[in-house]
Amino acid sequence: MARKLPHKDVVIIGLGWTGSILAHELTDEGLDVIAIERGPWRDEATDYPPNYAQDELRYRIRHELFLRPDQNTFTFRNKMNQTALPIRTWGAFMPPNGVGGGGVHWNAETWRFLPSDFVLKTHLTQRYGANFLPEDMTIQDWGITWEDIEPHYDQFEYLTGTCGTAGNLQGKIREGGNPFEGPRSRPYPNPAQKQGFGHTLWAKAAKELGYKPFPQPSGNMSQAYVNPLGVRMGPCTYCGFCEWFGCGNYSKASPQTTILPVLVRKSNFSAYDNCEVTKINLDGSGKRATGVTFVDSQGNESEQTADLVILAGFSIFNVQMLLHSKIGTPYDPVANTGVIGRNFTHQCMSSVDAFFDNKKFNFNPFIASGAIGMCIDDFNGDNIDHGPLGFVGGGYLGQVQTNGRPIETTPVPKGTPRWGAKWKQAVRDNYLSNIKGGSIHGSMYSYRDVYLDLDPTYKDRFGRPMVRMTIDFHDNELKAAAFMANKYAEIVKAMGAHTIEPKPRKGPYDVTTYQTTHLNGGAIMGTDPKTSALNRYLQSWDVPNLFVMGATAFPQNAGYNPTGTVGALAYWSAKAIREQYLKHPGPLVNA
Amino acid sequence: MHLHRRELLATAAWFVAGTAAARAGLISGHLPWQPNAGYPPIAARPGPWLFFSSDEAATVEAIVDRIIPPDPQTAGGKEAGCAVYIDRQLAGPYGKDEGLFRGGPFQPGTKSQGPQSPVTPAELYRKGIAALDKHCRDKFGGKRFADLSETDKDAVLHDLDASQVKFEQADGKVFFDQILKDTQQGFFADPIYGGNKDMVAWKMIGFPGARYNYLDWIERHNERFPLPPVGIVGSINWTPKKS
Repeated sequence: MARKLPHKDVVIIGLGWTGSILAHELTDEGLDVIAIERGPWRDEATDYPPNYAQDELRYRIRHELFLRPDQNTFTFRNKMNQTALPIRTWGAFMPPNGVGGGGVHWNAETWRFLPSDFVLKTHLTQRYGANFLPEDMTIQDWGITWEDIEPHYDQFEYLTGTCGTAGNLQGKIREGGNPFEGPRSRPYPNPAQKQGFGHTLWAKAAKELGYKPFPQPSGNMSQAYVNPLGVRMGPCTYCGFCEWFGCGNYSKASPQTTILPVLVRKSNFSAYDNCEVTKINLDGSGKRATGVTFVDSQGNESEQTADLVILAGFSIFNVQMLLHSKIGTPYDPVANTGVIGRNFTHQCMSSVDAFFDNKKFNFNPFIASGAIGMCIDDFNGDNIDHGPLGFVGGGYLGQVQTNGRPIETTPVPKGTPRWGAKWKQAVRDNYLSNIKGGSIHGSMYSYRDVYLDLDPTYKDRFGRPMVRMTIDFHDNELKAAAFMANKYAEIVKAMGAHTIEPKPRKGPYDVTTYQTTHLNGGAIMGTDPKTSALNRYLQSWDVPNLFVMGATAFPQNAGYNPTGTVGALAYWSAKAIREQYLKHPGPLVNA
Repeated sequence: MHLHRRELLATAAWFVAGTAAARAGLISGHLPWQPNAGYPPIAARPGPWLFFSSDEAATVEAIVDRIIPPDPQTAGGKEAGCAVYIDRQLAGPYGKDEGLFRGGPFQPGTKSQGPQSPVTPAELYRKGIAALDKHCRDKFGGKRFADLSETDKDAVLHDLDASQVKFEQADGKVFFDQILKDTQQGFFADPIYGGNKDMVAWKMIGFPGARYNYLDWIERHNERFPLPPVGIVGSINWTPKKS
């Protein structure tokens, strides 16, 4: 029998970026808020002291900060006619765990999507005609526009101290920034980070080829910064241990360094850690959430009732929660009905390795930050005419090398043996003078046969069906990958590389190869309850006192890192709750 | 051995359900800060083999010294401690696939679905080493792998790598891929884990190690970073010279 806890106004499932933002906004409204977090409390300097945080084996190779697959994993297959098998060890993506969520281990690359990304279906159809898109592509508009979301990008950037160079300030294009970005109301709160030799040389080559390089927007601080909540961060020291690691230096934007120190001091906020919500409970009508059930790490069950439920887990876990709680109609790709699990996407990453004469080039790859680097946006979204290209979408290209950690960043030219004296010599010769994994951050659009549902065979530790991922790359994405890898190769050639190895993403989607942790979709936002799980305010169409945060809501992925958009959507939704929902609890959009 | 609070929370709680004293706590009013809340890494200790028998260790030392052969500038895998690293890893959580999903049914899948074997690294090494030595004894007149010439060792390893050897008890290629990965990881990991002795691998490539501040160097382009590597427990230069 579940222990019943005192009623709250709001229960938030998950205390990462979006849970922290919603908790902060709703406690400001005077509501009594409790957050329930599956993983442990994590702090900065106490958990990741700079005298032992720089440990590649422990954090990068052994996945210290991440959820253990033993606790929760998924099954995976490429095609609908295959048998899905469990992901036994993480590879393609790294599900976060603990307070701060992915905001602890991320690189802090803080991008905005393009204005056209939010109206993608309409935009592409208008420009190229409906027949230009592959038949089974299921891209949609988001139900919001640039004007809706821009103020909240701004809000998130000022919360997190994003460092960058504005490229479009209130419609004026500015030298040195990204000229393709949507108009921004204010400059970035901090100047761009400094750049290393490799990043700078890449940008020079890109510029000579006629592109418009700009510094990657970074949540690693270029200088000390006090955010609007009064929380202070210190300058990044370019230690080269950022992604997959926690920052003990208070230099990486995370809930811990931007919002939690204020939030936890509020008398109307509390949180449980090491407690996993297993279900959102509904009343007899099935149209109203009554709260959640959760278990602690001893297996004790508790029930937390609340008037408002905010589902703020990592994207795929939100879908898992909806499926297990039987909220919304599960997606059926054959009948093309239902919405939960629909339009699941990831990323289509490609890269180019390049090797240079070690007598002339020394890149010191270990001097870097998580979001360092120079990028071009010339091939992203619909910034080029796709008519002659035969595909849609794209990605940013960047020399965004984040580290020289030697277990993962000791590439050798193709043809080098995998071991032995020649391998050893090649590692020695190339370590300081290569550029590894130059990043092509490709978009992945949605398709009818890429989705999430419940597995018929494999069970989680509570005896419930695991979530099953069915995902593969389609020709559109692979064509884009090949096109962009060639463009990237031309840039490193202009830098003076003697050996260039383009690595365009090839199919099938492989669960063992890390791409990004940008899983998206599965409970998307939109304007029609037949094709979306959430309305434009991230409110569940089926259960109006449930709001679902995160990249879960992306109808398709863009060619950027998602966190900036995830944060902006959280503020957009919080505003709607504060200004509309609380005054008239009920559906904010009538379908 | 005293276990820090966080170790129980982050690692043990979900594996030893019901026995770990993990806290599920209410956080309210202040940051739940306490000194030394994190836990430092668990260093490999010198001393006898923890997982390998001495015969197994001899075979592994011979393998790692061919995967990373010694040369005039830099030690090989054996002297760098790669076998010690692997021994300590196999004796710990890694050897048991701890934290990974090990539920059934186990069934073969596509390459893109990732490893689906119930065999743990510890079991793979135990069977793989025995099978390799048997293979060598059969082929080289009773000699074990460690007793072969360098040329023969390399030939055997090349055959394993190319899936040219069939073992009865273990998959030779899977075993080779595993020991190759583990050897190279041990060579480049922080020396506290038993390999990369005296930071030989880091010195070889010019990686300065577990430093955390390059603010002075980020804009010194195309200049060789001058300082020697440091590890989590410090620099080898801090070790007093033997008199």
